[in-house]
Amino acid sequence: MGRITLSDICKSFGAVHVLHGIDLDIAEGELVVFVGPSGCGKSTLLRLIAGLEKPTSGKIEINGNDVTRVNAADRGLAMVFQSYALYPHMSVRQNMAFGLENAHLPKSEIADRIAEASRMLEIGDYLDRRPGQLSGGQRQRVAIGRAIVRNPTAFLLDEPLSNLDAELRVSMRAELASLHARLKTTMIYVTHDQIEAMTLADRIVVLRKGRIEQVDTPLNLFNRPANLFVAGFIGAPAMNFIAARSDGAGNGGTAFRYLDDGRVELPVTEPLSNGAGATLGIRPQHLRLAGNSDPASFHATVTLVEALGAETVVHTQVAGGEKMLAVLPGQAELERGETIALTFDPANLHAFGENGMRLAGI
Amino acid sequence: MKRIAEFLLRRRGGSGWHWTDIVTWVWLVGGLLIMFGPALWLVGSSFKSPAQLAEFPPTLLPYVSQQATVEGYDKPLTLYDVTLENGEKRRLAEIRRIGIVAQMVDPENPGEVIKVNIQNRTPAREVGFATENYTEPFLHFDFLLYLRNSVFVTLMATLITLVTNSMAAFALSKYQFRGRSLVMLLILATLMVPLSVILVPLYSVISAMGLFNSLWGVILPTVATPTGVFLLRQYMLTIPDELLDAARMDKASEWQIYWRIVLPLTAPALAVLAIFSVVWRWNDFLWPLIVLSRKELYTLQVGLNTYAGELNVQWHFILAMTVVTMIPVVLVFIFLQRFITAGIAGSGLK
Repeated sequence: MGRITLSDICKSFGAVHVLHGIDLDIAEGELVVFVGPSGCGKSTLLRLIAGLEKPTSGKIEINGNDVTRVNAADRGLAMVFQSYALYPHMSVRQNMAFGLENAHLPKSEIADRIAEASRMLEIGDYLDRRPGQLSGGQRQRVAIGRAIVRNPTAFLLDEPLSNLDAELRVSMRAELASLHARLKTTMIYVTHDQIEAMTLADRIVVLRKGRIEQVDTPLNLFNRPANLFVAGFIGAPAMNFIAARSDGAGNGGTAFRYLDDGRVELPVTEPLSNGAGATLGIRPQHLRLAGNSDPASFHATVTLVEALGAETVVHTQVAGGEKMLAVLPGQAELERGETIALTFDPANLHAFGENGMRLAGI
Repeated sequence: MKRIAEFLLRRRGGSGWHWTDIVTWVWLVGGLLIMFGPALWLVGSSFKSPAQLAEFPPTLLPYVSQQATVEGYDKPLTLYDVTLENGEKRRLAEIRRIGIVAQMVDPENPGEVIKVNIQNRTPAREVGFATENYTEPFLHFDFLLYLRNSVFVTLMATLITLVTNSMAAFALSKYQFRGRSLVMLLILATLMVPLSVILVPLYSVISAMGLFNSLWGVILPTVATPTGVFLLRQYMLTIPDELLDAARMDKASEWQIYWRIVLPLTAPALAVLAIFSVVWRWNDFLWPLIVLSRKELYTLQVGLNTYAGELNVQWHFILAMTVVTMIPVVLVFIFLQRFITAGIAGSGLK
């Protein structure tokens, strides 16, 4: 139980339109991550699902029941807030019991559930402390515990890890993943951190300016981004984009001219008029130094070398003045100002049309 | 002693006296004298007898005349230090005074009566406390009744103030509704209307409601204070909205959010308002004086006024009872000064 369906959700705050026609179907037991740059409406969407805000138009269903106008308390959802929102004047135990007391559960049941959750989250040692006496990671656990004891239909997590330090974030991320595997409850997770999104999600929803750009599994998003925005947003460092023009049909595809003299044939099936603009995308990891056997795809001038040990991030500038980033494996011996020949496998190329959408066929 | 002197004469930096040291010292010591002097004088004077209060020049400490029982006289006689005509100084007891001549007697040798010009004698006195200033009002006046009325008015008014003001502040800080800032502005605008301006209409309202000559008539008009609403609202604005959202997800009703989440978190501001309210209500004089005309309903401040008659002001009782009425306020300040400084810093009120 925990299927959530959004149909044509719009939300405006006065004259500001935050969400435009969101359609989304979240299956039971799924962990869905909303990502997007700040201000894209992902937190608002979560608050709409939670019932803390009401949509301007559209319908929200949980397990087939229309809950659009139902109050937050009666939706059977639990939420973990970015600031944890633990009640500062209550002990950890009281924090977890508060929601259960409001639901008029018997005392023994409340005690059982708290014991169960505190064992699961290893917070049994500080049940009688106040939130102010806990560290960030402990507070985070308590916030999750407060959600778990309610046995909710679905968990809503609003950037739950963003207040933790980097190390703790990694371990909490793993714990969240194992928690989801154990509870098998639907989870909706909002973050702006794409590593969290990639590692945790069953499916990722990429949002921009109140619209869904793409919904897919993490690897599909990485391998086949639907448009320029998703291509640039998912993956770190970000994908390189090169302006190109179609150059007539080649053998079983379309040829593209890029930079000054580059030419590549891609299996694009979408009909393009000759000379139509396009954008080619190549991930920095897919660029390598041209050797003797493979011809150079283009030349570039090195502007900065970041040697990370296991890999080397090379900042370069190509003929047109555009910046290109290459992540080379191992330790490349390069110097600033040097001109290098870079090459790529056409199979790793992404191609987008003038409207920014991925061209069909690749 | 040396350490006290060291403390009082502490200077900034080196050993010399910088001009700022002198200014600071004068400012602080002057302030201490100006603020604490009258209070000290009040306490000292409250132990003086009526005769001594009328004396000029006044003394800081209370004195009582010494008396002695002399053989052959029924009543105890007052002792004086007398300078005799031959320059000899003796301590004599006064039998009676006729014009400027006093007939005096030596307590050791009661047979001989000595006539002395009253210019040549001064009363023999020692520091002593006229505690009857305190005991008399308790025994023969309605002090305890007034005290009970004052406590009732102060406690009830403070309780109702806290509840109503915090509810208003909660709505004004945590709910979005049309006209919210207008309501806040209206409430704040009433700050600019002093009691004396609305005295007559307020009296009509109270009178029409049948609250004239009732303690509730004193309590109710004072409970909604704009300062209280403002103070609590500013504090509640600092409580994160996420806490309220979390409580809503936890199935808490709006009343529970107010009562179990917001109110406990507003405790420091509530403490400040409680202190202010206690002090205001306790010291209130004008409004109780207008509403209460039956003696058994008087609060302390109004009750004190009864010692000031048309022809005769009983200063000794007024002073003593003023000291007694100050005690609760002083206690409040001693024990809650931490909150008071926070409140004054936070609200700019005092």
